Amino acid sequence: MKITDLTALELGKKIRDQDVSVAEAVKACMEQIKSREEQVHAYVTIDEAGALKRAEEVQKLIDDKTLTSPLAGVPVAVKDNICTQGMLTTCSSKILGNFKPVYSAEAVKNLEKAGAVILGKTNMDEFAMGSTTETSAFGVTRNPWNPEHVPGGSSGGSCAAVAASECFYALGSDTGGSIRQPSGFCGVTGMKPTYGTVSRFGLIAYGSSLDQIGPIGKDVADCAAILEAIASADTKDSTSVARDRYDFAKALKKDVKGMKIGIPSDYLSAGLDPEVKEAVLAAAKVLESQGAVVGQFDLSMVEYAIAAYYVIASAEASSNLSRFDGVKYGYRTEQYDGLHSMYKKSRSEGFGAEVKRRIMLGSFVLSSGYYDAYYLKALKTKALIKQAFDKAFEKYDIILGPTAPTTAPKLGDSLQDPLKMYLGDIYTVSVNLAGLPAMSVPFGCDTKGLPIGVQLIGDCFCENQIISAGCALEQGRRGE
Amino acid sequence: MSKQYEKVIGLEVHVELATKTKIFCGCTTRFGGEPNTHTCPVCSGMPGSLPVLNKQVVNYAMAVGLATNCKIHQYCKFDRKNYFYPDNPQNYQISQLYLPICYEGSVEIETASGKKTVGIHEIHMEEDAGKLIHDVWEDCSLVDYNRSGVPLIEIVSEPDMRSAEEVIAYLEKLRLIIQYLGASDCKLQEGSMRADVNLSIRAAGAEELGIRTEMKNLNSFKAIGRAIEGEYARQVELLEEGKPVVQETRRWDDNKECSYPMRSKEDAQDYRYFPDPDLVPIVISDQWIAQIKSHQPELRTEKLERYKKEFDIPDYDARIITESKKLADIFEATTAICKKPKKVSNWLMVETLRLLKERGMDPEDIRFTPGHLAQLIELAEAGTVNSTVAKEVFEKMFDANIAPDDYVEEKGLKTVNDEGALRSVVESVIAANPQSVADYQKGKEKAIGFLVGQTMKEMRGKADPAMVTQLLKELL
Repeated sequence: MKITDLTALELGKKIRDQDVSVAEAVKACMEQIKSREEQVHAYVTIDEAGALKRAEEVQKLIDDKTLTSPLAGVPVAVKDNICTQGMLTTCSSKILGNFKPVYSAEAVKNLEKAGAVILGKTNMDEFAMGSTTETSAFGVTRNPWNPEHVPGGSSGGSCAAVAASECFYALGSDTGGSIRQPSGFCGVTGMKPTYGTVSRFGLIAYGSSLDQIGPIGKDVADCAAILEAIASADTKDSTSVARDRYDFAKALKKDVKGMKIGIPSDYLSAGLDPEVKEAVLAAAKVLESQGAVVGQFDLSMVEYAIAAYYVIASAEASSNLSRFDGVKYGYRTEQYDGLHSMYKKSRSEGFGAEVKRRIMLGSFVLSSGYYDAYYLKALKTKALIKQAFDKAFEKYDIILGPTAPTTAPKLGDSLQDPLKMYLGDIYTVSVNLAGLPAMSVPFGCDTKGLPIGVQLIGDCFCENQIISAGCALEQGRRGE
Repeated sequence: MSKQYEKVIGLEVHVELATKTKIFCGCTTRFGGEPNTHTCPVCSGMPGSLPVLNKQVVNYAMAVGLATNCKIHQYCKFDRKNYFYPDNPQNYQISQLYLPICYEGSVEIETASGKKTVGIHEIHMEEDAGKLIHDVWEDCSLVDYNRSGVPLIEIVSEPDMRSAEEVIAYLEKLRLIIQYLGASDCKLQEGSMRADVNLSIRAAGAEELGIRTEMKNLNSFKAIGRAIEGEYARQVELLEEGKPVVQETRRWDDNKECSYPMRSKEDAQDYRYFPDPDLVPIVISDQWIAQIKSHQPELRTEKLERYKKEFDIPDYDARIITESKKLADIFEATTAICKKPKKVSNWLMVETLRLLKERGMDPEDIRFTPGHLAQLIELAEAGTVNSTVAKEVFEKMFDANIAPDDYVEEKGLKTVNDEGALRSVVESVIAANPQSVADYQKGKEKAIGFLVGQTMKEMRGKADPAMVTQLLKELL
């Protein structure tokens, strides 16, 4: 068995047991990167020298028992919108093409405290805007299962890197499904925590009220361990929540006996690929066979989620991205005539088409005269969606559904029709609007051989139930 | 024939709060410093940084609101005001539009024409911007973010004022309230208090409001007075010529005593305000309000009354002293030490105000301590120094913050009370001025003043004039 075939926790144990050194683990990843990266292109930045140097430091701390965390010494890839001090953080955009942050994100600091070794930064849709990782200014990432297909997005680089064993686990960010959808497309496990669980300090904002950093791993156990490492109450983030407990790994041992699982019938209607539908129903059977109680119900509001999401996320993005202006850092146009020309040219040349589309959309919905009709209405819709979930969680512990309506589309298919691409987010965006935790767990493949992800959605702060259910699904899948 | 016009004026007053740290990060608010040294990722708009509200800003804003009879929005939010300008690193300012912390307040002002209430529409919290420096030699602009994120409150009045006199009375009133609360030092010249004047005119007695202009760049009360008169004259002239007043923002040039348009309503920006998703709503409990109320210090009006009662000083003195928080603080602290309120008041009213005026200083710039002033009063009262010497020592104390005791000792300024020594000097003065002696003896009482003066001169000021007079009379 190759080192890179191990899960993060398996490698962590081998490192603690001195079966594998941290440097060996880093080198194994670098070998894998060399063999796969030309095709997959999961990374924007690879820091081999830095990772090897860090491996040495971490090894010492493990050897003298200073570091005992389950992830100590395990190499990780970080999405390129999460700040890493002194290491390029580009958001896959030309406008931040040269940007090295002066500080690291709180989630990265937490990982480093747990002994993580950062291999590099992963490709993404520019500023996390996109569902395919095709809007990156630094080239597309391809799906490791089939290079003709996209890996999904926006955390496509992180998910592809995990799927291609170019790292042991990765950090992603999820604003409308950006961890779960590519996890589903790449056959890996990805989780979007309850809003406020992981500090957003150092996450370059797209839609501030929706963004969450989350784990991407080879299985549920890895995700639980990663979440334990990155989650924290952070006084630097006003939206951070101090939770009572952070012991997510504990939930791995719990079974699903008596767990009430609801499938929204609105999630199984038109637009859903029949093979994906089949996988969802099969997943329900697996949970049922382990003692869970499964039922169908009408969630409602589903048809409004995408519109509300794109209005709110774009509105926030239009303001969040205004700081990229060529004045302080990042790209500045070569030739300009005065301040306004500098702003205009730097931003016109620095941002890609999808980002510009969303900045324009966001600026429009916040304009005086349109604010009430679009932005306020979207906020009201958001509240109604939250209410619909609240009602569902009175009856059910977990909501089960597809992660995306289809498996990974072919490269180039989605960008031709942005509206169609937006519709692909139908099962993921409402989770962000309601601030809920959710996880995509791989559950089989379609006839094309592409992975299918099923989604487990929990009530706020109920990650543990998702983890227990996810574990049960994994066991059922392996038993097949 | 020209009609009679009435000025209708409302004010937007920005006040920098006296917090130690900025509104959304831990950087110092200290004025000055090398450019971009009082900065961090948050106040320089680095990607990924997030604002966290400084609670003291809310405390101060509420204190000012309560002292100006405002209601408090117990659920309030911050909004983003979006506009591009390099002094603003995020290209949006975090401010309050939809739910400002304080609303519907008022203050009472007093002018020669009597008392009047000026309404306060709202008070909101916001962050200040950095500063742009245009280097004409290098032909470039530089930006300093030291001021970026310094907390401000903006106090928006109703259009209730009708004259420059009322405007200045209103500003003085606000300044005193805020200084007494310790919420700001309110220095117009340094920009810790800034006022924008909204002015329109209408035919006297008319109900309807005219088109208003907003005037910026007003750095002193005098400039505000001149700007109001200048803008009034400009608008009257326009209307008399049958031309419309354009709603616009104008910049006052106090040197040229005229204003220039900055931007008009047509090209007014759409700020695309929306609630800042990085900050959570502020929920203000009744208990929090009660706590602010209970810590509210004594304000000027109450202090004025108390001084008259408790210290028995005249209304005029009490008014002058309480007009500055700093003077009032010195008065109370000094009185507490020496228990001589009238003497303390005299030193403040006469010598202190004279020197402030001569040196072009504000009371806030006073450096001498109440302890030293009390010491000096004791020295003068005990006759250790005479009044001329005391004034000299005071001036030294005012300029260099010396300790009067040490200074008098060191410079040998003590009054000579040794009668023998004094007697011999008086005798020599009598011998040297026979003409004056003769005049005095002929009944010219004034002549003795000259002899006293001569003696004091010989003594280099260190004698007690009363004692000298006594001796002269005795010897003549």
